[in-house]
Amino acid sequence: MSTDVHNNTHEDHDYTTTGLNHRKMLMWAFLGSDCMFFGALIATYLVYQGKSLVGPYPIDVFDIPVTSVSTFVLLMSSMSMVLAYAALTQNKINGFRIWMASTAIMGATFIGFQVYEFSSFSTFHVDIESCAEQKVKYGKFDDYEAELCSNAKDDHVETHDGLKPQTNLFGTTFYTLTGFHGAHVTLGIVWILSLLFLSYKKGMITPERHLDVDLAALYWHFVDVVWIVIFTVIYLFGVFPFPGS
Amino acid sequence: MSSLPIPVPNIKISRPVNPTGIWSWLTTVDHKRIGIMYGITAFILFLSGGIEATIMRLQLAGPELDIVSAAIYNQLFTMHGTTMIFLAIMPLSAAFFNYLIPLQIGARDVAFPRLNAFSYWTFLGGALMLKLSWIGGATDAGWFGYAPLTSIDQNPGKGIDFWILSLQILGVASLGSAFNFIVTIINLRAPGMTWMRLPLFTWMSFITAILLVLAFPVITVALIELTFDRYFAFNFFNVANGGSVVLWQHLFWVFGHPEVYILILPAMGIVSEVLPVFSRKPLFGYATVVLAGAIIAFMGWMVWSHHMFTVGLGPVANTVFTITTMLIAVPTGIKMFNWIGTIWGGSLKLNTPMLFSLGFIAMFLIGGLSGVMHAVSAHDAQQQDTYFVPAHIHYVLFGGAIMAILSGIYFWFPKFSGKMYSEREGKLHFWLMMIGQNVTFFPMHFVGLDGMPRRIYTYAEGMGWDLWNAVATAGVFILIAGFLVMINNLGRHWRNGPTATDDPWDARTLEWSISSPPPHYNFEEIPVVRSLDDWWETKYGTHEKAVPVSGSSEDAHNSDIHMPQPSYWPAVTSLGLFVGGYGIVFNDLLFPYLFAGIGLLITVIGVYAWSLEPVNDPE
Repeated sequence: MSTDVHNNTHEDHDYTTTGLNHRKMLMWAFLGSDCMFFGALIATYLVYQGKSLVGPYPIDVFDIPVTSVSTFVLLMSSMSMVLAYAALTQNKINGFRIWMASTAIMGATFIGFQVYEFSSFSTFHVDIESCAEQKVKYGKFDDYEAELCSNAKDDHVETHDGLKPQTNLFGTTFYTLTGFHGAHVTLGIVWILSLLFLSYKKGMITPERHLDVDLAALYWHFVDVVWIVIFTVIYLFGVFPFPGS
Repeated sequence: MSSLPIPVPNIKISRPVNPTGIWSWLTTVDHKRIGIMYGITAFILFLSGGIEATIMRLQLAGPELDIVSAAIYNQLFTMHGTTMIFLAIMPLSAAFFNYLIPLQIGARDVAFPRLNAFSYWTFLGGALMLKLSWIGGATDAGWFGYAPLTSIDQNPGKGIDFWILSLQILGVASLGSAFNFIVTIINLRAPGMTWMRLPLFTWMSFITAILLVLAFPVITVALIELTFDRYFAFNFFNVANGGSVVLWQHLFWVFGHPEVYILILPAMGIVSEVLPVFSRKPLFGYATVVLAGAIIAFMGWMVWSHHMFTVGLGPVANTVFTITTMLIAVPTGIKMFNWIGTIWGGSLKLNTPMLFSLGFIAMFLIGGLSGVMHAVSAHDAQQQDTYFVPAHIHYVLFGGAIMAILSGIYFWFPKFSGKMYSEREGKLHFWLMMIGQNVTFFPMHFVGLDGMPRRIYTYAEGMGWDLWNAVATAGVFILIAGFLVMINNLGRHWRNGPTATDDPWDARTLEWSISSPPPHYNFEEIPVVRSLDDWWETKYGTHEKAVPVSGSSEDAHNSDIHMPQPSYWPAVTSLGLFVGGYGIVFNDLLFPYLFAGIGLLITVIGVYAWSLEPVNDPE
């Protein structure tokens, strides 16, 4: 830790009471604040869970295998960020660049999945050949299809309304929560790419100045951790009900 | 993100070098100048909130008066509440944070001087945005903006949008300053300044900053949800689609109750500084006061639903929140006894700051006691939405926070101005305040218990409310007289008052060990702190080597002191937020969200230029 301090004395005060770096401490305080930000969004989601008056519901739109893949990609990007930071501290600037680029690409891939997910949810359509034969999905009858059937005039039901933020409470809370997470990831990508470009300017990104990368990494890992919570609480619990519930 | 020692050539705009006049203020990163700017801006905004209150009191002076319309009255009380909380008390506290914390902990500046400047300019932008919304109709849904009063169907005007966006911008300012002070207090304490030697004001500011960091994101989310409801027809508070208006109340008060302590803890810190100085005794039970402050901050998160006793949360919730609310009175009571213990047996000097602090104790006690009355949920059902509630809030925020802030202004006036004010006029101000606020706010208890609802623009004759409303209105003019005395006193003496000595009160903390006003680098030599109340111990105590910390060493040369250089970018970044805020409110001008985009662009340019600009150019 003390090396951090001395390496950044150009901008910081020579003396810090705790020996910790100012900027790193600020980053931790910011992340604490951001926890409350996502906490409030997730709380809103949970308060409104199951309160939507009309479908589609989580079970209708979530595609767990697809989101599992994007989750995996995002988690791997965290590992790649660790490797980038390690390469920098070992003065392997090319390794740093490769791993930073791969982190950004994986982050962008995650965003790509999210764009796909949002567009497929919003154009989600149901085509029920026969209401008499309702499908059983994940061990329970689909409420949305039952709802459509009960409102339908004949046995065949088809709707292209999709899930939009305005459709129901699920759409409202889901798009807001995951949208803000996506915005955080996007900001992280911009930050990582900025550092990557700066590394081509002499003296900008050096092992002595690794704190700049350290802070971006801290942010990136935090955003990943938030996604683990979102994936578990919103996606998995949304599709696989709690035991006993 | 990063500040780099090597300037980047392609966006090199030469930074301000020794600017003068207005540029020196626009680009300053000096915590003392920023503190003064915060103080003056917030005081002007405080007066604007006072004018709003005066118009309301005139309207209520008698039954069925017609000075303002009901619509204007709704805007007045909403703007008055929002102004006093977000634009007056919070930034007045921030003025003290800025000016005092580095001085009290023995630092030359805050940890992030440019972030500090950014917080001020952002605050100014948010404040302007809110106050300018009077043109065309301000917000009128009450300062806590309950849904569905704020929905686009019920309230299609721009007033709510201005309220939302300005609160978001003010939130950015508050968060920036809270991060800054957390790091400053943890990391820039002088050698020997251990946690239990930290001056009480700094301690309470630290706790306040932590509350800010954790509480503000919650209202940010609530406001985002409201924005999406209004702009994009989301369903958060749309009952027709299953949304719940109670969710807004929960989110608002989960922020709103810690916010109450954000307002009062700095005030308690100021009082804890003033009382020992004028009692010539150390603070009674220093550790207990610190701990009580921390417990208040912690328990402040467990009481929010006492604002919602009549919503119908059920007997269990009401009972739990009754108990927690009563419990939080305990640490507050502990502080009261500590303050009384401090003045007990002291050789009291009743100067103006001391009078205001003693006034604070008395007024805050009354407000605290009516607060405990509200805590009983059954009793609260009788008081909810009556004038009893404004009576309570004005005793804790005007009699409490504002009295303490005035105490602090008089106490540190010699330090930041280098001049002395007139003690006679200061005492006159105090007595006008004490009489004025009790005449104004005490009758509100009576009309409140008599059933007069708050937020009504007029009332019928013969309700039995005429007399006390007339009395309350009369009290306002005593308060106005008091503030005119104060402005005259401090304004006149700031320019040509008698020169103040470095330590006119024979005080206890480090800021009094340096000259009045302090040099821009604060301490020629960073002090080494050996005890609580170090400056007092240096003067009178048992320190082995009792040397003043300033100007004592021949080794210290000004040229060795590196102060952060001024910068344009904090103000540019704030300008981006301001433009962006307007761009969101007027999103259909020329091209959808054109000006929001321009604002974002300015912000991004500001952030990048700021990140790439070193704190100090290489020499």
